[in-house]
Amino acid sequence: MTSSAMSLARRRLVRRRVVRRAGVNLLGLLVALITLFPIFWMISTAFKPATEWYSLSPHPLPAHPTLGNFRAVIDGNVIGLPYWNFLKNSLFVTLVSVVASSLIALLAAIALARFRFRFRTTYLIMLLIVQMLPQQALVIALFLDFRPNLLDSLVGLILVYTAFALPVTIWMLRNFVAAVPRELEEAAAIDGAGPMKVFWRILLPLVAPGLVATSVFAFVFAYNEFIFALTFLGTDTAKFTLPIYVQYFYGRNGANWGAIMAASTLFTVPVLVFFLLVQRRLRAGLVAGAVKG
Amino acid sequence: MVRTISGQPGSLRAPAGPSSGTPAGFRQRARLFARRHRLAPYLLLLPSAAVIAALVLWPTIQISELSFQNYGLQQEIGAAPAQWVGFANYSHILHDPEFWLSLRISVLSAAAMVPLTLVVGTLVGLLLSHLGRRMAAFVSSVSVLAWATPAVSASVIFVWLATPDGGVVDWLLSRLPSWLGGGAHWAGFSWTNSALPAYTLATAVVVWLGFPFIAVSVLAGLRTIPVELFESARVDGGGPWTIFWRVTYPLLRPIFQVLFLLSVIWDFGVFTQVFIVIGELGQRDEYNLGIYEYATAFTLPPAYGVASALAFILTIILLVITVGYVRASVKEGALQ
Repeated sequence: MTSSAMSLARRRLVRRRVVRRAGVNLLGLLVALITLFPIFWMISTAFKPATEWYSLSPHPLPAHPTLGNFRAVIDGNVIGLPYWNFLKNSLFVTLVSVVASSLIALLAAIALARFRFRFRTTYLIMLLIVQMLPQQALVIALFLDFRPNLLDSLVGLILVYTAFALPVTIWMLRNFVAAVPRELEEAAAIDGAGPMKVFWRILLPLVAPGLVATSVFAFVFAYNEFIFALTFLGTDTAKFTLPIYVQYFYGRNGANWGAIMAASTLFTVPVLVFFLLVQRRLRAGLVAGAVKG
Repeated sequence: MVRTISGQPGSLRAPAGPSSGTPAGFRQRARLFARRHRLAPYLLLLPSAAVIAALVLWPTIQISELSFQNYGLQQEIGAAPAQWVGFANYSHILHDPEFWLSLRISVLSAAAMVPLTLVVGTLVGLLLSHLGRRMAAFVSSVSVLAWATPAVSASVIFVWLATPDGGVVDWLLSRLPSWLGGGAHWAGFSWTNSALPAYTLATAVVVWLGFPFIAVSVLAGLRTIPVELFESARVDGGGPWTIFWRVTYPLLRPIFQVLFLLSVIWDFGVFTQVFIVIGELGQRDEYNLGIYEYATAFTLPPAYGVASALAFILTIILLVITVGYVRASVKEGALQ
């Protein structure tokens, strides 16, 4: 009697737990779908022919999928230049500034993680403050400073992106350098390795994963950056980076939503795929770099 | 240099090298000098300090200088020298109704964006901590996708979603029952023609782009709280609401403080999303402070002096909030 009552109570408890778990999972699914919807709608519209953009009752999937929108973007019917031109500009600016800021930041991170010296705290606080300065304010002075040679030039953008990526990169790398055990370096030094050798053989390999995580942030910043590119690349459409290209494309094609979404897809999806590939490493860096600083 | 890092006593021994006079000897002596004066950390900081000083700090100083000058088109092309005008730019701004409107829009929109992003992000973070491993991985991957979407793309997508003819948002709203606020009057509703709907749309973009960072940070914080605390609170009969405010929030207060201040700084200075949603610089009554400043500098005729004064005001407001952010970070032990 008592045992059957107990098993009944236990069964009820188990059932309640199962229901709650299902409810929570359903909620999770709902959140994921709502979050995903704008990206899905962008891709879906990019494959729709013109007759389906303004349908009275929108369909989630294109009824007659077409590549025409992508063809229009890649052939460059709008600006007169193909998509590849802008992808090339964006990748050039992004890769050069990521390499430059990672190298410069690594040196600073070693200083801040391994040495105790005067002005160390001051430097760290300066980095925190610099990171918060509004870009739409600084762009006025930089625009006047860069006249005339660094305007309409990708070099000007590389300089600015390197500088503005530094504070976050240094803050994050500092944690990764600090996580490398000092004893390893000491042991190598006792065995007769010089400073350069210790750096190349011990520190660099161990910091490399951190370097990857931080460079992802520098990459995203440079690839997505809008204000400086908008201001510096005002007149020369051939020099446009992808964000400015998409914005320009959207501004000139008010109603051609299929082509706008195709351009936007070609700009966005590569970076999303890249993120899915590196995201585990990334989340560690996100937390280490941002919440702790 | 790294040898000094490890504090190896042997590193102080001067290596026997060629005598001074040769380039190698000079290098040797320079290295000794650096070591004796503990220059290594400063040498390592030099490149980053130089780049930041030249491209961030110096422009900030220039802005403050320009804000006291009558710098416009004449001065830009070199036709006339810039003159110091004292506080003229500032007094012009203070008597400018457009400045007060843009400031009001910045304050009000941040007052909507910050709490919404924080609440949505925290709820998703709490949800993630209750999900099974596979579902949590799925939801957080999807969130990372939203976070990684470029602001330009996100803004253009949301404008498309809310287009008056053919957009999904108006279609959905016009089909909702009236007790949910829906109705036929939503068909063809323009979200970009006046400030309130435009900033509602911009807020949606900002929340969508911003909540994943909050969620992941809150989740990381939740992982540091021992499970026993939640269990004993539950045994004591605490519901989810009570547990959040009595256990979770007090323990994660430093994280929430930092996230709040970061969100205020980001949302008060939001540029790209608003720039695209209001349709570039077309509608002056929809400018926020940052966009008003930008338009003052970069639409003809350019008024760099007045724009610099606006930029300086914006910078000062953000710096005041940043001081709070730095203090919160220091308290959290970020400078160790």
